[in-house]
Amino acid sequence: MFDLKKLCALILLGAAWAAPAHANDPVVTSNTLEQVRARGHVLCGASQGTVGFSSPDAQGNWKGLDVDTCRAIAVAIFGDKEKARFVPLNGQQRLTALQTGQIDVLPRTTSWTLRRDANGLNFTTPNYYEYDAFLVRKDLGIKSTAEMNGASVCVQTGSTNEVTVADLSRKLKLNLKPVLFDNNPASRQAFFSGRCDAIMTDASALASVRASQAQNPDDYIIFPASGNSEALTPAVRHGDDRWFDIVKWSFQVLIAAEDMGITQANVDSMLKSDDPRIARFLGTEPGNGKALGLDEKWAYNIVKQLGNYAEVFDRNVGMGSALKLERGSNRLYRNGGLMFPFVFN
Amino acid sequence: MFSTIWFDRRLRSWCLQALLIAAVVGGLGWLAWNAQANLARRGITSGFGFLEQAARFPISESLLSYDTSNSFGRAFVVGITNTLFVSALVILFSTVLGLGLAIARRSKHPLVSGSATVYLEVIRNTPLVVQLLFWYAMLTVALPPARQALSPLPGVFLSVRGLYFPKLALSGDVLWFWVAVAVSVLLVLAAVMMRPILRLRHGTRFPLVRAALVSAAVLIGTAAWLGGVGASLDLPVLRGLNFVGGSTYTPEFTALLVGLVFYSTAFSGEIIRGGIDAVPGGQWEAGQSLGIRRWHTLRLIVFPQALRIILPPMTSQYLSIIKNSTLALAVGYPDLSFVVATTINQTGQAIEGILILMGVFLTISLTVSVLMNLYNRRLALVQR
Repeated sequence: MFDLKKLCALILLGAAWAAPAHANDPVVTSNTLEQVRARGHVLCGASQGTVGFSSPDAQGNWKGLDVDTCRAIAVAIFGDKEKARFVPLNGQQRLTALQTGQIDVLPRTTSWTLRRDANGLNFTTPNYYEYDAFLVRKDLGIKSTAEMNGASVCVQTGSTNEVTVADLSRKLKLNLKPVLFDNNPASRQAFFSGRCDAIMTDASALASVRASQAQNPDDYIIFPASGNSEALTPAVRHGDDRWFDIVKWSFQVLIAAEDMGITQANVDSMLKSDDPRIARFLGTEPGNGKALGLDEKWAYNIVKQLGNYAEVFDRNVGMGSALKLERGSNRLYRNGGLMFPFVFN
Repeated sequence: MFSTIWFDRRLRSWCLQALLIAAVVGGLGWLAWNAQANLARRGITSGFGFLEQAARFPISESLLSYDTSNSFGRAFVVGITNTLFVSALVILFSTVLGLGLAIARRSKHPLVSGSATVYLEVIRNTPLVVQLLFWYAMLTVALPPARQALSPLPGVFLSVRGLYFPKLALSGDVLWFWVAVAVSVLLVLAAVMMRPILRLRHGTRFPLVRAALVSAAVLIGTAAWLGGVGASLDLPVLRGLNFVGGSTYTPEFTALLVGLVFYSTAFSGEIIRGGIDAVPGGQWEAGQSLGIRRWHTLRLIVFPQALRIILPPMTSQYLSIIKNSTLALAVGYPDLSFVVATTINQTGQAIEGILILMGVFLTISLTVSVLMNLYNRRLALVQR
């Protein structure tokens, strides 16, 4: 038989334990920067192996455009690009992982959409402009979406692509047969075994699949699917404006450096530049770092350790990589692209 | 006065009960309030309003008609029917095959019982997801591409795209035709079940099954004639990239069905074998001494007694099958868990999606267990 007094005491104790637990909720304090500093590293969402954007290499080091976007944040805060950890997430886990505080920032080929933006996320600025595309075997003789009548299409769920495929099929009366998987490896295996005529996702991811998984990459062709463009954009949680700013401007450093002609190689000599814009950017004329709550050398450190956007692009997805993607829309605005440097003062 | 209240046993137990209920309700309320507050703080909208919005995402195969302009609610219903369809087929096949496995395991022939044991050990000791992926890989790697499809019979094509076969297209007043078919199936089944019982009780040799077959044929024929039912074959044809027309079993559906049936049969088989073994050996000897054949002893004396032992564990086996069907996600078959996962991704309404998933599975599982328990109560020995 229970003792009534003991039980009452137990319940009171439980209540006392439960009440302050709420105050310790990490989201209530919403100071991501403090948490990251206390932890000693930035936690970034990564893919489960999209070569060129985020995937571990043979030595287990994470490499890619999205990885470097995350490393830029680590350099800004700690002055060390190695102070970043990567959490592999599938398409369905990624948004929830960010919302629940499992990761600090999500730089993982995620399209900036209205509903995601409205539903608990803040998108910073795009780090890659993307279009959706089909990957098809050349010997099928198909070169455009209009010729795809009746085709089976492998699609990964948890992306904007399944909606795009459905919309395309309805609009152009293509009667596409989507085969949907919840993980990348299964959908790719199904495509290469001939279960599907085509696989549909972002053109860059397809280039990654073709470069890393096709036995003979030249047997396959990639063409635009719908003509839609998407902005792949790192995202943070709602409710922490300072963290939002740091993530946004850390990536901006890469664009601005390219715009000003600062590279990993010449950044040290640029410290002596007379150009006031460069002096402010590299922190020889202080102010920017303090405004963000960072070291004045934060931008210098990013360029010194990672290079500018052109260098990051080239080494991960451009001509210096296996993917060999054109700069396309990802050129600077003055070269006809969409990448625009904001003002660093 | 106070001490009489304090030491009153009934009052104290009431007090305890009330405190316990308050603690449980309070705990649940706190959880709900906390979740609500956290969602609001993170700017996540909640509620079930999204169910009426257009789903926009495709579902690759479904029993009910569905297109992307249908609502999320409709998508959920499609997912639920797909889940129920696969679960029902798996329960049916694995029970029948499980009975076969149980009998094979009890066989005195070493080859039969040995291979049954090997099958059982392999299936029971490997994870289900691995088995599903194995079957899916078998179906997509081993089979030829669509243009070199195997055609064992005219109009039947087997390729990496699945099995395509002619569809019987019926025209006319189909309803009564199907009713007649259903009645006929029941009639023939009943005849098969009754035959040995009649023979044991009355020693008659009335051709019951033959009579049932004849009357079934007459019944179906009459229904077809009265309803003006006409049949035509819809043949699948390779046109462009894919087969058009006919019916199809996709590799995703087949992999899930085959994988789940193979897996569940092992467990059902062991439950059934255990039940049969638990019936005292004297019952077998009794049947033998009465001159009843061994097969009839099993069916009419041993099995009805074994059923009482089999039924409770079989209920939880059926519940496992229904829950295991959510692994469909791994091989691309669109069951309810697929629809929920996609919906969460499109709308971000994770809590609502999971609540629906839990609610549906709870309802299905409780229904199955209530039905099985009702059946169990009918079978149980009435003791005074």
